[in-house]
Amino acid sequence: MSGLVLESITKRFGSFVAVDDVAMSVPQGTFVCMLGPSGCGKTTLLRMIAGLEEPSAGRIVIDGEDVTGVPTHKRDFGMVFQSLALFPHLDVAGNIAYPLRIRGRSRTEQRARVDELLTLVQLPGLGDRQAANLSGGQRQRVAIARALALAPRLFLLDEPLSALDAKLREAMQVELRQLQQKLGITTIVVTHDQREAMTMADLVVVMGEGRIRQTAPPIEVYRNPADAFVADFIGSTNLLAVEADSAGRAIVAGAPVPDLAMPAGVTRAVMSIRPEDVHLTGPADATIRGRVTFVRDLGGTIETYVDMAGTAITAVATPRERPAVTVGDDVGIVLPAENCVVLAS
Amino acid sequence: MLVVFFVMPFGIMVAVSFFRRQQGGFYTPDFVFSNYERFLTPFFGGVLGFSLMLAGLVAVVCVVLGFPFTFLLSRLHRRTQIVWLVALLSVLSLSEVIIGFAWSTLFSRTAGITNLLVAAGLMAEPVALLPGFGAVLTGMVYQALPYTILVLYPALARLDPTLLEAARTLGASPARAFLNVVVPALRDTILATVIMVFVFALGSYLLPQILGRPQHWTLSVLITDQAIYQSNMPFAAAMAVFLVLVSLSLVGLTLLIGRREAAA
Repeated sequence: MSGLVLESITKRFGSFVAVDDVAMSVPQGTFVCMLGPSGCGKTTLLRMIAGLEEPSAGRIVIDGEDVTGVPTHKRDFGMVFQSLALFPHLDVAGNIAYPLRIRGRSRTEQRARVDELLTLVQLPGLGDRQAANLSGGQRQRVAIARALALAPRLFLLDEPLSALDAKLREAMQVELRQLQQKLGITTIVVTHDQREAMTMADLVVVMGEGRIRQTAPPIEVYRNPADAFVADFIGSTNLLAVEADSAGRAIVAGAPVPDLAMPAGVTRAVMSIRPEDVHLTGPADATIRGRVTFVRDLGGTIETYVDMAGTAITAVATPRERPAVTVGDDVGIVLPAENCVVLAS
Repeated sequence: MLVVFFVMPFGIMVAVSFFRRQQGGFYTPDFVFSNYERFLTPFFGGVLGFSLMLAGLVAVVCVVLGFPFTFLLSRLHRRTQIVWLVALLSVLSLSEVIIGFAWSTLFSRTAGITNLLVAAGLMAEPVALLPGFGAVLTGMVYQALPYTILVLYPALARLDPTLLEAARTLGASPARAFLNVVVPALRDTILATVIMVFVFALGSYLLPQILGRPQHWTLSVLITDQAIYQSNMPFAAAMAVFLVLVSLSLVGLTLLIGRREAAA
């Protein structure tokens, strides 16, 4: 198939297993975000795709061609490093033209391509600047332009936006996504920022401890996390202990959740429910009751922390939806069954 | 500190260089230019030229050998690096005399390395590799190389390794990436190291005598000869002052060229 296929990739450093038997297939033109906490193996996996690390086992196939043993400079891809790695001795045009120059393209061709790329990343006319004199966002764009100079089939980015401030990062996420869609290039971004993944990705790959925990479209990962690790890592969530009573109903904090049945044969499990799906009502209107312990009013949203007989839960609502509660109030807690995800243990 | 240990001795030397020599004795205070006039001859001009050429060659050879070596060294395991650096430091602690005599043994016909080549069947019979220009150059490079590596090491150890990786992802082979990313990125460091090794090599006065023929003697050798064996302090001082001025102006010129290139 066209696109990128990883076949049971494993990477060991001594006795430490950084990447453990990872299989993945990325169709042509897909934007993939590899997401996970630091040390989960996502960067190592990306570096193996780039040929900067050699897998201990497994195969890497790009467009049907096995590239596992092919050295980095003979693989056809562009990469943006976390440090950007712009060459300090070259100006912007020199950096972008580098891959063209070492392939012996003519000067006219180099100049035309550099102009084209600078326009693409919205830096027209900045070719003769030194990289050191550019802003963080501009340097980012130069690194992207340089990686795309040869119109590669694969575009890899290692935490590309982590050096930018929050506002610029959000803007660059949108821009990067639009650029990728315009070019239709297969793209893999490594990030630990789940907002970044939600904004840009067609497919999110959540990694933990060297393994893939879930591969799914972002909203699917958010709504239906495969396990507690994924649920906790993607967005914020309430992880609640849940038990089955004799009728198979789900019991949380001593009270049944209306309309929620436990999977057959499971007596104890962990359930995930997003804070925005937790609704607070008057104490008489719900099966589960609790007491408000803290209210965090952020203006746009209000977070309400509730203690349900020893179990903490957080509810998030907009000011319009939110019932007027203060610390110490008794409230009823409604957990809609369709938003509760009982997780595999 | 600087005044006591640097400016004053140098001032005295400058003063002495204008004194009049007392034949068979020492010198008397005076103000004559005869000491400077004396080496405006083809002989001293040739020696000066040879000294500068030799020091320059040593500096270039040291950096050409030392730069890739230090680059590879800085990519090794931390512990391995320390072992290498300690070994290099210990070579640096050897005196010029020891280095000179060690190499004169290694290059000799009776006990030298050519005997190994003969044993290996690569040569018909052992030969003496000294005295000669190659022997002088080898000895001086050996002496200056650890110094070169220690000067280059901090800059190379600090170099962002992703620069090289980036070049490789852009299609450069490792050797090519080294040549057109690492070397130009550290151009200033390389230039500064060449100058430092050049000045270091200019002061060498024993190795040319031990390993070379008289035509390989540098100005430093002649200064020693005049000062110690001929007791002609004023002439030695004049030569030393001249050597300092010439090397300073060369260093200044190199820096100036470097600055102009950076500005362009």
